[in-house]
Amino acid sequence: MSETASSFRENGGVRGWLGRQPIWVRWLLILAGTVAAFLLPYAEHVPLIGPQIVTEGVDWSSALFEISYYVLLALGLNVVVGYAGLLDLGYVGFFAVGAYGTALLTSPDSILYEDTGWKWLMAVPVALALTMVAGVLLGWPTLRLRGDYLAIVTLGFAEIIRIVATSTTTLRGDRGFASIPHPPGSWGGEPIFGVTDAIPYFWLGLVIIILVILGVRNLDRSRVGRSWLAIREDEEAAEVMGVRTFKYKLWAFAIGAFIGGLGGVLFAGEQSFINSQTFVLQFSILVLAGVVMGGSGNMAGAILGGVLISYIPNRLRGLSVGDTDLYEYRFALFGLAIIVIMVLRPQGLIPSRRRAMELKDREKEVAPQ
Amino acid sequence: MDFSGLINDFGPLTVTGLAQGAIIALFALGYTLVYGVLRLINFAHSEVFLLGTYACLIVWGWFGLDQNSAPPSVGGMLLYMAVGLLAAILVSGLAALTVEVIAYRPLRRRNAPPLAFLITAIGASLFISELVGVATHRNQKGVPPIILAKPVVTIGDTTITNLQILIIVLALVMMFALDRFINGSRLGRGIRAVAQNPDSAALMGVNKSRVIALVFLLGGLMAGIAAVMYDLKIGVTRYDAGFLLGIDAFTAAVLGGIGNLRGALLGGLLLGVLQNYAAGLFGSQWLHAASFVLLVVILLFRPTGLLGESLGRARA
Repeated sequence: MSETASSFRENGGVRGWLGRQPIWVRWLLILAGTVAAFLLPYAEHVPLIGPQIVTEGVDWSSALFEISYYVLLALGLNVVVGYAGLLDLGYVGFFAVGAYGTALLTSPDSILYEDTGWKWLMAVPVALALTMVAGVLLGWPTLRLRGDYLAIVTLGFAEIIRIVATSTTTLRGDRGFASIPHPPGSWGGEPIFGVTDAIPYFWLGLVIIILVILGVRNLDRSRVGRSWLAIREDEEAAEVMGVRTFKYKLWAFAIGAFIGGLGGVLFAGEQSFINSQTFVLQFSILVLAGVVMGGSGNMAGAILGGVLISYIPNRLRGLSVGDTDLYEYRFALFGLAIIVIMVLRPQGLIPSRRRAMELKDREKEVAPQ
Repeated sequence: MDFSGLINDFGPLTVTGLAQGAIIALFALGYTLVYGVLRLINFAHSEVFLLGTYACLIVWGWFGLDQNSAPPSVGGMLLYMAVGLLAAILVSGLAALTVEVIAYRPLRRRNAPPLAFLITAIGASLFISELVGVATHRNQKGVPPIILAKPVVTIGDTTITNLQILIIVLALVMMFALDRFINGSRLGRGIRAVAQNPDSAALMGVNKSRVIALVFLLGGLMAGIAAVMYDLKIGVTRYDAGFLLGIDAFTAAVLGGIGNLRGALLGGLLLGVLQNYAAGLFGSQWLHAASFVLLVVILLFRPTGLLGESLGRARA
């Protein structure tokens, strides 16, 4: 028994097995996985397992929608942290810019409403362009800094966005923006994206996630992805070998910002209300925790991480051990999880193979203590 | 923009800024020491400070003091200050050591990439502040009036209180003591050696792990003192008090030149004053934004800070 298990591991585990299957088996499995993901809102009807999965304290379809934008954020942050190796602690800033961009262009509470008053779909490209500009604006001065300084400056960026959102009259602080329009479309006279049912939003999120996965995958396999890899492993060596490190780091930042902005736009469209309380700093750290837990540098890992950080707290909501409500402890638990994972399994739950090798390599170079 | 406000209140803003800056400077020492030796931003240092702000409150609580009690007599004040400082120093020092042993040491043993250290640091920071947040129901906690702020010196229309003098003097004294310790003692020489070149220092017989633990401990002790001063000055503490002031302290450390002890003092005082000017000019909600903008500007134009990064250099 143990022998087969170890030989299974030596042959690359699940991924190795998947790699040996003929192409049609792989496609079939991917298709089955996608269909299963789309059917998740109906999970409670599955006998035995279903009721265990479904969240109790929160509406299941809303919980699923939350998962979808967390996964988007995790995928975006994975580009910045996992691929390019830049620690961005203010990722929620881009999420906020996307959401606020949408709100400013569409909400009746906005000062721009008289001039614009756009529909959701019209606001999307503008809001996304805005987040990319924000990414470049933040990256332009800061990406020349050393890695650890970058972390602090990005943290500051998110904090400034929050302070601006709280303190300026244009962004309305606590009062926020209400009546942000939902995405368009109707089915048999009824609007598809309504107020009560979150399932269509989840599906929309899934579609966006799939597009993002395809896009990022192609990027990763291109010249850009190889440059990111080189920068992550050794920035100075990469520079010497002719990789234009600054340019590609800026690319990573802008693409990460774009994906974060997508999450924000989607979020604004579903919630239809945002205010300055929505974008707390713990949020960025939570997403980072997800990426690291899942396995940074690997999209499957990032997705798993995104699912975990949004699903576990919602599943915990309403559950209690003794007198303590576990939901209260969610951030503390994630903090602990980050430490434990970095200490015991720094490559994450589903590691990127190359990244695991990099870590192993460094272990060999330990100097005397 | 309120220039007249800034000019009218120039004196008071400067004095408050200096007192605030003295606290920031003591806090910043922890960042600077650890960075100087390990090239690591110890994110969890803000929570070391946070635990200090609560530790002295808890001990004062044992004496039956709360925010509504009457101010104690002079003897009581000295006693309470002594035990409060002791408690905060002990708790902060221990917390800093614990973080190093649990979160950083295993990574160092494995020669993990710098990013990994930052991530565990964030994990530790989140864990501690959230535990405190849950334990206190995210309410703020008032500080008993151990020392009542009384104006003792008046220059023009600027009054300086006894508390402000105490804070500034205590910070200067601690700074001086630490500076002497690092530059004058045998242990301090070990710290400087490890900062300069960890591997050579280890080969020369310096116990690297012990030096690193000592550095964390020293940072924790200073943060404990800063925490008591913070409690007395601000009058309340909250589970996120460490985080916000931690960013300021880090900015101060970078401003003065991270890894440079005297730089931390200069950076702290300067930042405290500048923040207060910015608050006078734009309104107090922009206080923290001001320190971030300042941080970015420094990093862009003089990333080594005003006095340079010098803990590890041959001649500090």
